[in-house]
Amino acid sequence: MIIAEQKPLKEIIHNLEGHRNILVAGCRSCVAICLAGGEKEVGIVAEALRVYGEMHGKLWTIEEITIERQCEKEWVREIQAVVSSKDAILSMACGVGAQVMQEIYPDIRVVPGLNTSNMGAPEEQGIWREKCAGCGDCVLHLTGGICPIARCSKSLLNGPCGGSQNGRCEVNPDSTPCAWDQIYHSLKRLGKLEFMEQIIPPKNWITSHSGGPRLIVRQDAVLTPEEKAEKGVPK
Amino acid sequence: MKAGSNLERVLESGNFAVTAEIGPPKSASSNIVKQHAQMLKGYADAFNLTDNQTAIVRLSSLASALICLNEGVEPVMQMTCRDRNRIALQSDLLGASALGIRNVLCLTGDHQTFGNEKGAKNVYDIDSIQELMIFKQMRDEKRISGGEELEEAPKVFLGAAENPFADPFEFRVIRLAKKVAAGADFIQTQAIYDMDRFEKWIEGIRERGLDKKVHILAGVIPLKSVGAAKYMKNKVSGMIVPDEIIDRMKKAKDPKSEGVKICVEQIEHLKTVKGVHGVHIMAIAWEEIVPEIVREAGLYPRPQV
Repeated sequence: MIIAEQKPLKEIIHNLEGHRNILVAGCRSCVAICLAGGEKEVGIVAEALRVYGEMHGKLWTIEEITIERQCEKEWVREIQAVVSSKDAILSMACGVGAQVMQEIYPDIRVVPGLNTSNMGAPEEQGIWREKCAGCGDCVLHLTGGICPIARCSKSLLNGPCGGSQNGRCEVNPDSTPCAWDQIYHSLKRLGKLEFMEQIIPPKNWITSHSGGPRLIVRQDAVLTPEEKAEKGVPK
Repeated sequence: MKAGSNLERVLESGNFAVTAEIGPPKSASSNIVKQHAQMLKGYADAFNLTDNQTAIVRLSSLASALICLNEGVEPVMQMTCRDRNRIALQSDLLGASALGIRNVLCLTGDHQTFGNEKGAKNVYDIDSIQELMIFKQMRDEKRISGGEELEEAPKVFLGAAENPFADPFEFRVIRLAKKVAAGADFIQTQAIYDMDRFEKWIEGIRERGLDKKVHILAGVIPLKSVGAAKYMKNKVSGMIVPDEIIDRMKKAKDPKSEGVKICVEQIEHLKTVKGVHGVHIMAIAWEEIVPEIVREAGLYPRPQV
């Protein structure tokens, strides 16, 4: 899932400067799980903005809505009736959701309410950890199911650097385990320690952002113009 | 001979080698490197020029290496993967070789959050093992990592670092084996204070016969004060400083001379350890002490080979 956290209210207010009819739009997916942009958070932010408006004589109206997923056009289109009267949308989704929102409503300013951090997972209540860097060339089969690209501060592919001590990463010893220490112990448990001896050659980063924005096309799933017309898919 | 550097000749002839470090300044002036080179000339077989050590912006290792070369002092140019992708690393290697730099040390590099540009976008396109692979291929096969042929191959003696004091300890010998397989001709270790752990590590190296395949230079750092010892124990990750060393520094009337004494004792001991082919003296911001250490350790004059 995508992990995000709310921007400071002060920054949100600053970024909404000059707008009068604002829709606070939440997302029930990833950002709801990481307690950043779901229905509850939307309610809190919207209320905070209303109170701020009243206290500071701001003539703005704040409405709120939360949809299933802001990253999918179909869900975003469904709120057209609510959106059309607004001059700004505070998107409480990840960066993907905010961009899809802007794409569907190109004439209304979309302001991000969250800072999107990473692809990760909940570790325990209130703690989320990055797990994947989306580099497009997975090596988890060689590394005991632990990603060295996302979880090693230096993205090393051939073992821990000289700063790994007591299983901790030197960059943030209090909060970050050394990914290669974890890989070592995982491979040991799995009886695959010989993988540690293998030299992993320089990585092909073309599949990462180094190759430019990525695009996946499943030709078998793409609709023909006729099929699009038949299903009423908007152009 | 792979590169014909002085360091390579000393090591290949079976002499106990000495390398030392010269830290480039936070300055655009060549004076400090020049002065250090003049002062240290003859006291080591080659001198490491650190590459923005601890991610602090400094005079580049390439420029510093050239300044040394102009002073008649042989450089070991350090090259970290932190700041350059494989295009820049290979380009700088060709440049270094063209300028007559014959020793290169391949390093991953300290993370930028430790330096004075914490907000920098790091690179880490390749790691130090991959850097060794690429440089070896350039030298021995005359091809860049992408496969294209070079008109002229770089002539470099390739080094790498290893830290016997980092974890997981059991992996440290394997990591060295990987560096040797990738192309390391010589290894400089992290500074040794915990001699027991170092000896355990080198035993693992000997068991695998790695000491026959690569030249190992054991790292030492002379201590200036008890504060420096405590700092290294508590703040520098990947370092183990036993309490016994800290006690000695604490009790010493003249901490600086005690630091030199400890360092010389360490070198004397390391000379007797099988598999150790030399020492690497890292007198961080205390370069002027190197001649005394080298003399006291009975390593002066350096062999002419």
